[in-house]
Amino acid sequence: MKTVKTTLASVAALAALGLSVPASAGTTLDAVVKKGYVQCGVSDGLPGFSYTDQKGTFLGIDVDVCRAVAAAVFGDAAKVRFTPLTAKERFTALQSGEVDILSRNTTWTSTRDAGLGLSFTGVTYYDGQGFLVSTKLGVKSAKELDGAAVCIQAGTTTELNLSDYFRSNNLKYTPITYDRSDETVKALEAGRCDVLTSDQSQLYAQRIKLANPDGYIVLPEVISKEPLGPVVRRGDDEWFAIVRWALFAQINAEELGVTSANVEQLAKSSTNPDVRRLLGAEGEYGKDLRLPKDWAVKIVKQVGNYGEMFERNVGQGSELKIERGLNALWNKGGLQYAPPVR
Amino acid sequence: MSTHVFKPDLPPPTLSVGVVGWLRANLFSNWFNTLLTALALYLIWVTVPPLIQWAFLDATWSGSTRSDCAPGGACWVFIQNRFAQFMYGFYPQGLRWRVDLTVILAVAGAAPLFVKAMPRKLVYGLAYLLVYPWLAFWLLHGGPGLEVVPTSQWGGLMLTLVIAVVGIAGAMPLGVLLALGRRSDMPAIRVICVTFIEFWRGVPLITVLFMSSVMLPLFLPEQITIDKLLRALIAVILFEAAYIAEVVRGGLQAIPKGQYEAAGALGLGYWRMMGLVILPQALKLVIPGIVNTFIALFKDTSLVIIIGLFDLFNSIHQATVDPAWLGFAIEGYVFAALVYWIFCFGMSRYSMRLERRLHTGHKR
Repeated sequence: MKTVKTTLASVAALAALGLSVPASAGTTLDAVVKKGYVQCGVSDGLPGFSYTDQKGTFLGIDVDVCRAVAAAVFGDAAKVRFTPLTAKERFTALQSGEVDILSRNTTWTSTRDAGLGLSFTGVTYYDGQGFLVSTKLGVKSAKELDGAAVCIQAGTTTELNLSDYFRSNNLKYTPITYDRSDETVKALEAGRCDVLTSDQSQLYAQRIKLANPDGYIVLPEVISKEPLGPVVRRGDDEWFAIVRWALFAQINAEELGVTSANVEQLAKSSTNPDVRRLLGAEGEYGKDLRLPKDWAVKIVKQVGNYGEMFERNVGQGSELKIERGLNALWNKGGLQYAPPVR
Repeated sequence: MSTHVFKPDLPPPTLSVGVVGWLRANLFSNWFNTLLTALALYLIWVTVPPLIQWAFLDATWSGSTRSDCAPGGACWVFIQNRFAQFMYGFYPQGLRWRVDLTVILAVAGAAPLFVKAMPRKLVYGLAYLLVYPWLAFWLLHGGPGLEVVPTSQWGGLMLTLVIAVVGIAGAMPLGVLLALGRRSDMPAIRVICVTFIEFWRGVPLITVLFMSSVMLPLFLPEQITIDKLLRALIAVILFEAAYIAEVVRGGLQAIPKGQYEAAGALGLGYWRMMGLVILPQALKLVIPGIVNTFIALFKDTSLVIIIGLFDLFNSIHQATVDPAWLGFAIEGYVFAALVYWIFCFGMSRYSMRLERRLHTGHKR
């Protein structure tokens, strides 16, 4: 019986060790500063958005969003810990305080913004559902897909968007549903379906998995709006503003031509008042956010501006080679726009 | 006078001995068996050669990036590249010796228990059970004198083994207690045990894990967080204990009533009767059932993928979404299958050995 008691005792001891109660539950920023790192909820694996490399380092756009916040708060982009979350547990993890930011390719919708006690701070990536077809089909537009067999990865929104789109365009189609993205790719390759549909950012990842990626193209049509962005708990406006402005700083930096390579030099020598205000050379704009004066310098220096972040993770600097498209700056034909720092 | 000389025996008809005879007797004895044999041969023919071709002949064994991989064959470079991560997860590279040491200590510490001539085996075994868990926890997690590695960085095969071993070590004693409780004469204890067992057997493990990770935090005040791994461990222990309890109860019921009465007649109290007479016989009877449950538990650990823990399976899944290695999911899953098979097969062989050694002639 001794063994039983020992085991029970060790379980109880483990429980005591596992319980951690912070001394005081203040605002999120105070709690974050106190524990010394930002706890960030990311995806459990999505190419380009959050994944790990050989050394176990987290990489991707969703990951960089959190690193930018850490750079702003601590001046050190490494002071962040990641919690991989599945799609189903992500909101609970945020609500229960397990993570400070949820940056997990989460689509901004009215229900999520208004109904869950959460707030979206911005849009890091404008995504939308698209189509991947074989060039052999000779199709140039989704409107020509009448009667096609469509491979879908199980997941209701994708299926609903698809059915809405085909119905409103008076087209017929046969859905073929699979459970995992790898299966849909194999099915497309084997000719079991003519076209594969998924969020566009993922179609590029799917394409790499094909034996002959050049034989397939992503059609130009985007049939749904999927703005992806970081989420925080509602009711802490201070923390909300920090997460929101970390992204705005990156977008502003790109617009003003500030990159990780020239940011330190510009902070000293720039004469452009917009740049000087962003980088803290003029005014006290960090103070309103309860951040150090050079918060934006740290973000751009350590994580890069929005364009650098995009190209490194999903754009030309990555295997995915996704075009900027909707994610280009507003003055270059895209939607990325940030209010000015002043 | 002539003696009759027997002619030497004729060799048996060539068609009924040797390879041909065996084939005729076992594979082609009638038209139905011939048909089945042909079908089986056909299935082997269409599956095995392409598999060997893919896994060995066309496979790429060395390189460093995906561009080194030849199309058409398996690319084991991917596995090689990520091997350390599959084994240790995100455990800091410089501290991985601690994991190795934990495993070495487990093996070295348990080894004397397998030496037949070892004196005071029981005392040593109990001491081992008392000391080792703390030592392992100190080594893996850190604490006084060692850098702390939070459980969020544990992963790979190491995490799978932690969940499986802790699950087994925790579920076994708890399960035995529950089985005894279910057969107890005291109604309160019996009701509690029956309720516990039926509750945990009635819900799928995936639901239990999900509840522990999604529902529990909602009931707790904000800012109190229980370690995710700990929640999973408790869920696994409670869940498996219910199964073990039922397996052990099967063994208890198989012990003839005379054994209980004989033990009672010797003046043994309840615990000594159970500990010295009934349980040793009952547990020996249900070794196959217990090992069966443990093998299932070992494979079920992969379900922790739904609460975002990076066990062996999830580490492999995670590696397949790295853009640098997209498209090598099959290699990853084959590797996962191989590792799981090695462990489960090992467990099953060990249980057979154990059954043979403890065999004392009760088998009919």
